[in-house]
Amino acid sequence: MQNLYDKLWNQHVVHTESDEPGSMALLYIDRHLVHEVTSPQAFESLKLAGRKPWRLSSILAVADHNVPTTDRSQGINDPISRLQVDTLDKNCDELGITEFKMHDLRQGIVHVIGPEQGATLPGMTVVCGDSHTSTHGAFGCLAFGIGTSEVEHVLATQCLLMKKAKAMQIIVDGELSPGITAKDIALAIIGEIGTAGGTGYAIEFTGSAIRALSMEGRMTLCNMAIEAGARAGMVAVDDTTIEYIKGRPFAPQGELWDRAVTYWRTLQSDSCADFDQTITLNAAQIKPQVTWGTSPEMVTTIDGKVPDPAEIADEVKRHDMQQALKYMGLHANTPIRDIAIDKVFIGSCTNSRIEDLRAAAQVIDGKHIAATVKLALVVPGSGLVKKQAEAEGLDKIFQAAGFEWREPGCSMCLAMNDDRLASGERCASTSNRNFEGRQGPGGRTHLVSPATAAAAAVAGHFVDVSEI
Amino acid sequence: MEKFQPFSGLVAPMDRANVDTDAIIPKQFLKSIKRSGFGQNLFDEWRYLDHGEPGMDAAQRQPNPEFVLNKLRYQGAQILLARANFGCGSSREHAPWSLQDYGFRVIIAPSFADIFFNNCFKIGILPIILSAEILDQLFEQVNAAEGYALTIDLQAQTVSTSNGDVFAFEVDSFRKHCLVNGLDEIGLTLEKAEKIKQFEQQRREQQPWLFT
Repeated sequence: MQNLYDKLWNQHVVHTESDEPGSMALLYIDRHLVHEVTSPQAFESLKLAGRKPWRLSSILAVADHNVPTTDRSQGINDPISRLQVDTLDKNCDELGITEFKMHDLRQGIVHVIGPEQGATLPGMTVVCGDSHTSTHGAFGCLAFGIGTSEVEHVLATQCLLMKKAKAMQIIVDGELSPGITAKDIALAIIGEIGTAGGTGYAIEFTGSAIRALSMEGRMTLCNMAIEAGARAGMVAVDDTTIEYIKGRPFAPQGELWDRAVTYWRTLQSDSCADFDQTITLNAAQIKPQVTWGTSPEMVTTIDGKVPDPAEIADEVKRHDMQQALKYMGLHANTPIRDIAIDKVFIGSCTNSRIEDLRAAAQVIDGKHIAATVKLALVVPGSGLVKKQAEAEGLDKIFQAAGFEWREPGCSMCLAMNDDRLASGERCASTSNRNFEGRQGPGGRTHLVSPATAAAAAVAGHFVDVSEI
Repeated sequence: MEKFQPFSGLVAPMDRANVDTDAIIPKQFLKSIKRSGFGQNLFDEWRYLDHGEPGMDAAQRQPNPEFVLNKLRYQGAQILLARANFGCGSSREHAPWSLQDYGFRVIIAPSFADIFFNNCFKIGILPIILSAEILDQLFEQVNAAEGYALTIDLQAQTVSTSNGDVFAFEVDSFRKHCLVNGLDEIGLTLEKAEKIKQFEQQRREQQPWLFT
């Protein structure tokens, strides 16, 4: 009896260092996604060692972290950002790597474009020098983030040296309440198990509430697996997976499609498969989630309050909580809905796909952002998402409501381009990390779903979307 | 990579859980296309009172006198004591690069984030896991005694204090082998190139759609 992770792992083992369980294995990599921030040093070392990429067709590259989301006709203003993007272009051109350049309609966040293009397929191992590579596990593949040395290792050898992780199963059964999204599930899970709860594990998300999620919802969920400490998150293949992939540019066609689908349907955990740990959540009990601190596990519900450090027995935890509240400029026991916001960010590899934009647009349709909200940004995940949203008129809804409609990229999720918070500013953000300074030095991030972010934009403070 | 040999080094404490990679090296410094020079921006937002940007002269910056690594007694530290889940967050290897460039060779914590832990080995930093109880002791000792040092012996898998306490730690045998001998992992993997090619050929036949 094998779980999904066992199956994916076993399919890719080229060699093991010894027969002992837990020994180092050489794992074959099917898909290597590359972006500008974590690759330049890898390409340089590869070149210095006189090596070439092992299999060019496995690589897909895109610049996403540094690209501006405003008018791109003049290129990138910041010379250091520009050099990094130019370096990626140069490396890809020299080596013959497929790259979606900044002005290509297909350009976007690497974890949005992989699935969108059908470059992410079930049964693959997918790696990228980016921790949110866990996103791709939504397709029943083994996907995880790697460091730059490993980027070079995969370029040079098509393999990685790895130890097998333990397997965790997270079962979410039941029906979600209206307005509750995959983002709320993800944050509720992290609130439950903590940001290190998944360390050393690969997580499979199962249960009726997960089966009921769209592919985009599953991507949001797997994207956040790393915020629970798990390098990889995954969901088994079903009709939803296969329907999503069909007809995408990199997906197989004709006779190959049929063969592939037959294989993909085996990518499920066997019915009595073992897991090292199982966690169960009741979908019906999940409410809209809002983080209040500087770690994704510092989260509560929209009707909750900022917790009181005085009630925490553990000294290290209490100290961390005090530090977080100080940074966030919050007082214990403040109701979440009394927290006023300065900015709103709808975007990131977690929540920038078409369904995310539709969910936010639905909330703000016919309304306007509060006068106290200084800036509300929508940054679509890719040029194609942007185009689709415009075809549906979502851009008009956002703009009429006072949002800015931008070009695709990582943007204010990590503020490597010009989109950022000023010190002390508070943001309702659909991104994935609320670390200190993540959205700009001194900036204060509250992680929420697109619907909750949109509701906050209208109200000027956090509010249950059903009240808007 | 340099061979990892036994050494005694000055210890600095980072008494905070969940230290994330954004704190270790803020994003503005990730724009560099080089592998070196990150040490001066290690923990930049905690370490300086002014805001740091790439290219700034560290000598002209305003150090935060409250920040632990700015204290005179920890200058030249090579071993960092840390709390649970050190290195959580992004996959940026810039985090271990900045720790290494600053001078750290060993980080001791009760737990590490997976990607960070892995990245450390790739560049020759040794992350050591000891129990939270032992860490409590070590934190107490480093706070109490100026010049507090520990001896690290990877071959023997021990951390020793000057008063004779010896703590054993676990390390994967392959990773240890690579670190102790300063081996190039890519070179090692390429010794198996034939095996990789055979595997790939078999995969191409079974799942040809992966190779189009």
